[in-house]
Amino acid sequence: MLGKLTLSAIPYDVPILVGTFIGAAIAGLAVVGLITYYGKWGYLWREWLTSVDHKRIGVMYIVVALVALFRGFADAIMMRSQLALAYAGNPGYLPPHHYDQIFSAHGTIMIFFMAMAFMQGLMNIVVPLQIGARDVAFPFVNTLSFWMTTISFLLVNVSLFIGEFSQCGWLAYPPLSEQQFSPGVGVDYYIWAVQLSGVGTLLTGVNFFATIVKMRAPGMTYMRMPVFTWTIFCTTVLIMVAFPILTVAMGLLGLDRYLGMHFFTNDGGGNQMLYLSVIWGWGHPEVYILVLPAFGAFSEITQTFSRKPLFGYKTMVYATASIMVLSLVVWVHHFFTMGAGPNVNAFFGIMTMVIAVPTGVKIFNWLFTMYKGRIEFHATMYWVIGFMITFSIGGMTGVMLAIPASDFVLHNSLFVIAHFHNVIIGGVYFGYVAAMNFWFPKAFGFKLNEAWGKRAFWCWFVGFYVAFMPLYVLGFEGMTRRMNHYDNPEWHPWLLIAEVGAVLIALGIVCQLTQLYVSIRDRNLAENRDLTGDPWNARTLEWSTSSPPPFYNFAILPEVHELDAFAHDKEAGIDTRQAGGNYQPIHMPKNTACGFLIGAFSFVLGFGAVWYIWWLAAVGLIGVIATVIARSSDNDVDYYVPVSEVVRIEQEHTHNLMAAQAAE
Amino acid sequence: MKKKILPRLTKLMSLSSAALLAGCSWDTLDPKGVIGAQEKSLILTSTYAMLLVVIPVCILTLLFAWQYRQSNTAAEYLPKWSHSNKIEVVIWAVPSLIILFLAVLTYQTCHSLDPYKPLEAEANVKPIHVDVVALDWKWLFIYPDEGIATVNQMAMPVNTPVDFRITSDSVMNSFFIPQLGTMIYAMAGMQTQLHLIANEAGDFQGESSNFSGRGFSDMRFRALAMPADQYSAWVEKVKASSEQLDSASYPKLAAPSEANPVEYFSHVDAGLFDDIVAKYNNGMVMDKSTGKMLHVQQSAMSDMNMKE
Repeated sequence: MLGKLTLSAIPYDVPILVGTFIGAAIAGLAVVGLITYYGKWGYLWREWLTSVDHKRIGVMYIVVALVALFRGFADAIMMRSQLALAYAGNPGYLPPHHYDQIFSAHGTIMIFFMAMAFMQGLMNIVVPLQIGARDVAFPFVNTLSFWMTTISFLLVNVSLFIGEFSQCGWLAYPPLSEQQFSPGVGVDYYIWAVQLSGVGTLLTGVNFFATIVKMRAPGMTYMRMPVFTWTIFCTTVLIMVAFPILTVAMGLLGLDRYLGMHFFTNDGGGNQMLYLSVIWGWGHPEVYILVLPAFGAFSEITQTFSRKPLFGYKTMVYATASIMVLSLVVWVHHFFTMGAGPNVNAFFGIMTMVIAVPTGVKIFNWLFTMYKGRIEFHATMYWVIGFMITFSIGGMTGVMLAIPASDFVLHNSLFVIAHFHNVIIGGVYFGYVAAMNFWFPKAFGFKLNEAWGKRAFWCWFVGFYVAFMPLYVLGFEGMTRRMNHYDNPEWHPWLLIAEVGAVLIALGIVCQLTQLYVSIRDRNLAENRDLTGDPWNARTLEWSTSSPPPFYNFAILPEVHELDAFAHDKEAGIDTRQAGGNYQPIHMPKNTACGFLIGAFSFVLGFGAVWYIWWLAAVGLIGVIATVIARSSDNDVDYYVPVSEVVRIEQEHTHNLMAAQAAE
Repeated sequence: MKKKILPRLTKLMSLSSAALLAGCSWDTLDPKGVIGAQEKSLILTSTYAMLLVVIPVCILTLLFAWQYRQSNTAAEYLPKWSHSNKIEVVIWAVPSLIILFLAVLTYQTCHSLDPYKPLEAEANVKPIHVDVVALDWKWLFIYPDEGIATVNQMAMPVNTPVDFRITSDSVMNSFFIPQLGTMIYAMAGMQTQLHLIANEAGDFQGESSNFSGRGFSDMRFRALAMPADQYSAWVEKVKASSEQLDSASYPKLAAPSEANPVEYFSHVDAGLFDDIVAKYNNGMVMDKSTGKMLHVQQSAMSDMNMKE
């Protein structure tokens, strides 16, 4: 009846997990209690959980990403503490069974649920506004994407308290991840979480690709598209190319585990090398899926706060596009030491380092955007400058790893860990946080506190160097990744320093939470409110509408005459909003619970399949299919906003604008 | 021409790096064999080449940020300027040239440091053969020429090339002696190859550098490099062991164990390594020197418990 699920699957004998569970339960009850106390369930359901508004979905994505950051970081600091302790005979406080789950969960959560969710949140909030559209191409698919990502993250967290998570690393290399060596449910949790969230991501890719291709404002040719939109455009292409590969990899591994097939097993003609090739066929484009939007955000921020247009827009676009193409032909650099011939290794090594050229060009472009500008040291600029320095170093170590003969001694060592955190924290994370600070007033109508933003930056920046520079050294000292304990006296001091770095990063996260708290508390202060919709005197269309934008974004679709349309209009004295113009009824999608329902049924499907509770999995699958059919046969999915409503909202914003101008 | 640049650069680099790293014992930067030494110099050369652009970028970033800060109204401000062909040429050319240099270096070293390429030894030095099997969670070393085997300890004479054949009788591992250089994956049913040499005597740390499960952290071995006479004595010591490794005792050894102590086997079945590879390939094993598939004797195979 309950498949593999028995009472022994509940880890009530592991104090850390019991403590975590109690903490999570208290926090969860507190949230539920507060919502009930303020009677906000209906509001939450109608306005957020069932919303198809891309801005709201974007905000929810980022909320999920921040929760994932919290969870992923808790894993990280536990690992660092284990390695600071587990030296010379001391086993530390995490036995391998637990430690191996933690590093697997850390990687899985940080990539799939922190970074991917954050990135999708940003593109949701920004892209339709930036191209002058009223929503995305497929609003219902958008809410579905969000819920698939969210329930997958939930599934990973359920594994904390029911059963176990994978102990095979974040990419679950076979044969270790096969039934023979990992008979528990951990790898199944991993497969289902990755597979279900992959559905969401792939749909996001299709959705935003279609949105950018079809829904740009009149006059916005490809070469007038803002750089952030360009980077998202390239990212969606990569998503559409790479995520099906991940689906296949997980599917084949699942067939091995569930149906006893032999794609990647040791015996029966299976080949583990095939899995590495397939998973990295997705895995390498994935890092560019993450970092390209960060590049886009840096471009927008640098030009805005340097008070001049981006240097070399065309170069930037070509560099982005060439990175997109090149990222698909480098995956073998993740396994140079598997015995490929020298020509194969040389090809993939050289292709990898060729990516350094367009990336280097981008860095120079930001550099020359600052050159002869008037740089305002807003908190977001701190992240930009921190990124440029950190990412240059990370790029350099990346090229070192791209040289196969260097990789022969650095592969799988802590040097690799240091490298990819160098680019993922220094590039991706810095970029997303800068973007969050930059676009926050657009989403909420008030600015984030700058002092706390800068404190957060310094903690993260210094913390990063203290935490990860020692890992480069440890890589040179021959320390491999994923070790649980060690007895090499040379390693110990470096791991202690790294622990200090992790604590500094923890302070950075505390600063970020404080920043959110302080900003929300002071949101009504005049200096924090954004009444104009353009708090930074920025250049692109999203700043031409109010903050937060009306749910239809633009009452009259803007016309684009040049690159940086809004900057151009401001200079030429054109009112991009065309306030008081000829308003028409606006065609908008209706909110729907179908995305939520499909997500919920998918969760049931995944949970049932993980535990071999087949009737439950069947319920989930039938629920998914039934909801899809119901949704497909529902014709009542849209409506028109009457002109009177549009006029009311627009007049209110005009009134705010005039008040703001009068105040100046 | 190209061939000459590398050694010269290397010499220059190693001088400066010696100063930089004096007093440190960073294993991969403290190599004891020619492979490791070449890999170290490659790492340093490529790093210096890239620093040529990375250091200026970091300095310019800070410099521009400071020079063109909002409060410095004395600095020139060009609110429209966003394009310059001259700068574009430079920013494409400089990274391209460095990458071109590194690409040549990459191609050369991919060939010169190919782990499958036998090492050239001095005249009248014959390479020794070691067959390596990754087990849960220990390393089995088979010396086919001597007919002996050891666990978690291997020895080699100095200045003598060692030809490794590597496989796994469990999950994927990676065979790595940081101070000697190159690592290579160990995979069931496959034979990977590696050629290393120790040019100095020493007791080196060996490890698995690919996560392989519960006992991974203790899956370490010692690699002893010693003068030829001591090596012969070591072989004799192993031969004096009362333990033997055959198809009957192998399954016991192959069963999972953690932090396994060093073990010596005075005798090992001649076909053991091939049997281990063949049992994942329907009894077939590839002869690496000819590339032909050979059938391994079934009798030995049937005795070995297939791990299912």
